[in-house]
Amino acid sequence: MQQNTSSAPIVSLRNVQKSFGPLRVLDGVSFAVERGEVLALIGRSGSGKSTALRCIDRFEKVDGGEIVVCGHRVDRPDVDLRALRQDVGIVFQSYNLFPHLTIEQNITLAPCAVKGMATARAKDLARKVLAQVGLEEKLHAYPEQLSGGQQQRAAIARSLAMQPKVMLFDEVTSALDPELTAEVLKVIEQLAADGMTMVMVTHEMGFAKGIADRIVFMHRGKVHETGPASILTTPTTPELTQFVGTGNLKS
Amino acid sequence: MGGHLNVNHLMFLGQGALWTIGLSVIALIGGGIVGFVIALARISPLKSVRLASAVYVQLVQGTPLLVILFLGYFGLAAIGLKVSPLVAASASLTLYVAAYLGEIWRGCIQSVPKPQWEAAEGLALTRTQRMIKVILPQAIRIATPPTVGFMVQIIKNTSLASVVGFVELMRSGQIVNNSLFEPFAIYAIIAVTYFAMCYPLSLFSQRLERRMGRGRSNLAPA
Repeated sequence: MQQNTSSAPIVSLRNVQKSFGPLRVLDGVSFAVERGEVLALIGRSGSGKSTALRCIDRFEKVDGGEIVVCGHRVDRPDVDLRALRQDVGIVFQSYNLFPHLTIEQNITLAPCAVKGMATARAKDLARKVLAQVGLEEKLHAYPEQLSGGQQQRAAIARSLAMQPKVMLFDEVTSALDPELTAEVLKVIEQLAADGMTMVMVTHEMGFAKGIADRIVFMHRGKVHETGPASILTTPTTPELTQFVGTGNLKS
Repeated sequence: MGGHLNVNHLMFLGQGALWTIGLSVIALIGGGIVGFVIALARISPLKSVRLASAVYVQLVQGTPLLVILFLGYFGLAAIGLKVSPLVAASASLTLYVAAYLGEIWRGCIQSVPKPQWEAAEGLALTRTQRMIKVILPQAIRIATPPTVGFMVQIIKNTSLASVVGFVELMRSGQIVNNSLFEPFAIYAIIAVTYFAMCYPLSLFSQRLERRMGRGRSNLAPA
């Protein structure tokens, strides 16, 4: 199994099609993410980047094409969703911590319920992943007692506790002010340095440039331009030029 | 016949009031259990289960409780089951309350923000685990005020059980009146007694709702 997947990409999309009613959101999207790689999906609102990300974890079913994630054929109807989601961690824009549970309970819930981990071990694990995101002291706090940035870091810790092979980040800093954004980005940077495979949808161009091994620029449901982070400084298509231009103006 | 309202009459009315409370509790527990199943069935991934539960809810909500009570009492007798007024009233009220609580609770479960379901799904929890550990604890908080509010309806509606001969508060009032012929005084006492049972629940429900309003940010972190 280990040898089987080590050569193949962790995530691969091939000619993926997806429509919401008459609206074609993904129109033949293909890209691959290698082990340890950080891929940034960028593009305008409505370009299909978030949908593409959600297809990887099968929060959206695709109409056509092939998606393989850690050996799971995600495009097939018989895909083992629970196995897939143990391999894939996802972090959302709105944190989505469970408000009725403490941070510790948020983190230990899935390892105990899904992997059958003993409570004591899960609690150790919770302390470990919280230390990783710099929130050890919030173990017994409820989500509402945390700032947005802290909640998002706790949500990242919750995902990490499942020891995923790949992490998906869906605009995880879009609800945060610049200061809180910085603390969340620092955590993600550390994860990248530790060799975590990541796919992130982001509007933070400076961050994408700094951390991503590869950029996928999406435009009207297609991969419009792709390449190393340097394409953000020297874009070849007028669409990416314009996008990067407006992005710089905004920041 | 005739005479004046005395302690014995009041004791009889008090006994009726206790049966009103008893029948209400039975209806709440029975209706709560069946209603919980209905609520889950209404959001089942299986279309046939959703459809069947929706039909049930529509049928009951589209039928007067009075008719359901008669159907329960005479219907069960017609298929050979001799049932007491208490059993007939309990069964009918259970079916009735289940339809309403089922709908109320379905709404509460569905008003837990969708991202909460997705976050639980993303963590590889099974549907049952998502429901028990993530969704229901939040839904119960949302459901408490309307459920307490609906208990007021249950208490008032038990008065209809008097038509199948069940001696609760309303029926005991009718019986006392039959001997005293003082309808205004007696029904005034009955009205005040119902009010005394219902008003505290209404107040409680309102207070719960206000408290929920303050804690709303807990439910939708964003």
